[in-house]
Amino acid sequence: MSSFLIECKDLTIGYEGVPVVKDLSFSVGEGDYLCIVGENGSGKSTLMKTLLGLKHQTKGEIIFGGGLKQTQIGYLPQQTVAQKDFPATVREVVLSGFLGKKGLLPFYTKAEKEKCRHNMELMGITELAKKSYRDLSGGQQQRVLLARALCATEKLLLLDEPVSGLDPMVTAKMYEIIDSLNKNQGITVIMISHDLQGALKYGNKILHMESGEYFFGTTGDYRRTDIFHEMSTCQCNCDCDHHTGAIKTEGGDVNA
Amino acid sequence: MLEMLQYDFMVKALIVGLLVALCSALLGVSLVLKRFSMIGDGLSHVGFGALALGAALGLAPLSVAVPVIVIAALILLKISSNAKIKGDAAIALVSSSALAIGTIILSKTTGTTDVNSYMFGSIMAINDEDLILSVIYSVIVIALFIFFYNKIFAVTFDEGFSKATGVKVGAYNTIIATLTALTVAVGMRIMGALLISSLIIFPALTSMRVFKSFRAVTICSAVVSCISYITGITLTFYLDFPAGPSVVIVNLGVFIIFTLVGIITGKRK
Repeated sequence: MSSFLIECKDLTIGYEGVPVVKDLSFSVGEGDYLCIVGENGSGKSTLMKTLLGLKHQTKGEIIFGGGLKQTQIGYLPQQTVAQKDFPATVREVVLSGFLGKKGLLPFYTKAEKEKCRHNMELMGITELAKKSYRDLSGGQQQRVLLARALCATEKLLLLDEPVSGLDPMVTAKMYEIIDSLNKNQGITVIMISHDLQGALKYGNKILHMESGEYFFGTTGDYRRTDIFHEMSTCQCNCDCDHHTGAIKTEGGDVNA
Repeated sequence: MLEMLQYDFMVKALIVGLLVALCSALLGVSLVLKRFSMIGDGLSHVGFGALALGAALGLAPLSVAVPVIVIAALILLKISSNAKIKGDAAIALVSSSALAIGTIILSKTTGTTDVNSYMFGSIMAINDEDLILSVIYSVIVIALFIFFYNKIFAVTFDEGFSKATGVKVGAYNTIIATLTALTVAVGMRIMGALLISSLIIFPALTSMRVFKSFRAVTICSAVVSCISYITGITLTFYLDFPAGPSVVIVNLGVFIIFTLVGIITGKRK
């Protein structure tokens, strides 16, 4: 890999001595769109927390390249319940993305406010700026949090299930936005997803995690693996919400 | 109103009370949203114990209460952020123990009459030394709150994101807890140990009925809190109500009004 942003070598991460992720190695280059897929409990979110520095690995190392610092990663977390009735305007939320790099400086600068305006425009939420975050739809909230993540980074976005719980049309829109950030803004994307179809359609690399077994490679290579065939047949036969949602998305996309 | 100001003790009660009302309203927004409301309650009971101890030892009440409450705040914060111990149960444990110790100390030394004033507050309680310390502490709290306002918003809204992007979440939580401890320590002589936490919780909840931005809620809380305090203390002066309870009753009234306004404006949309 010529210019990697993140390289993980023999990473082991665990809770109280029990490893959740074991000897995992992969790397993400500039401009990549990596989708992390796999069943619940396989350590996807744990891995993401470790990349963000919220959790320490028990073994192995994470190397940042391309001048990237850990605090320059934009992060879209899974939504938590407490946020849902929080009094905050869209603008207040988006601006808070800058705080990590401000150190002790107390107030936002003009340049930051301008960048915030730009990011809101990019996400198509300019007209929502003064609206209350809690009154927005799920898809709108995700776009607000994505705009906030963009205030925190210019290089790398980590997205934890960005489309879960969204309806098919909104899911398709969300994918389009993320895709355009990747292709047009040159932002590297690492995304955890339960939606295999979306992952294959947009990602150029796949990290498949399943209790101790990993696949890491290009989307094309992944399609030829056995795990992929198992996953895809499983997804077609299964009627879990997010799976059917994912398949419908494809239809929604065609209509749009 | 003017007649009230002719009395030295009323002027002191107004100055200290307004500053406390302001501090607690500002911090209250964050504490309520972080589900930390009970920490304020726990701290006031610890403060009760500390005041009793200070009185027994013949020391200035605030000089004992401030360090004890700050330490208690840091311990409670630590317990609340540790998922293994139930935070609410720990707070209940700490507050009832402090209450018991304080009451025993009081009954053995100055007598139980003081319990009433410590529990429900008194406008006569502020002496000159308290006044100066209260003003200093309140100014510190307000200055730090304004300086860290944006960060306090961020760690209240989304700890995980803040931490991930490099905001020192632990440090800001400690700052919030320490400022809360100072506010409780300064305010509990007037409001009383049982009621000081209402000063933290009510204005924030009231403002959240009507306003939808963090800044508007914060500003409204401050205004509501100060107006409620002045109204409450006026009732105390003219109708001889106990200080803490009258402020709480006014706060309750404002809360009900704001709730109705919130329902009406909410329906119109």
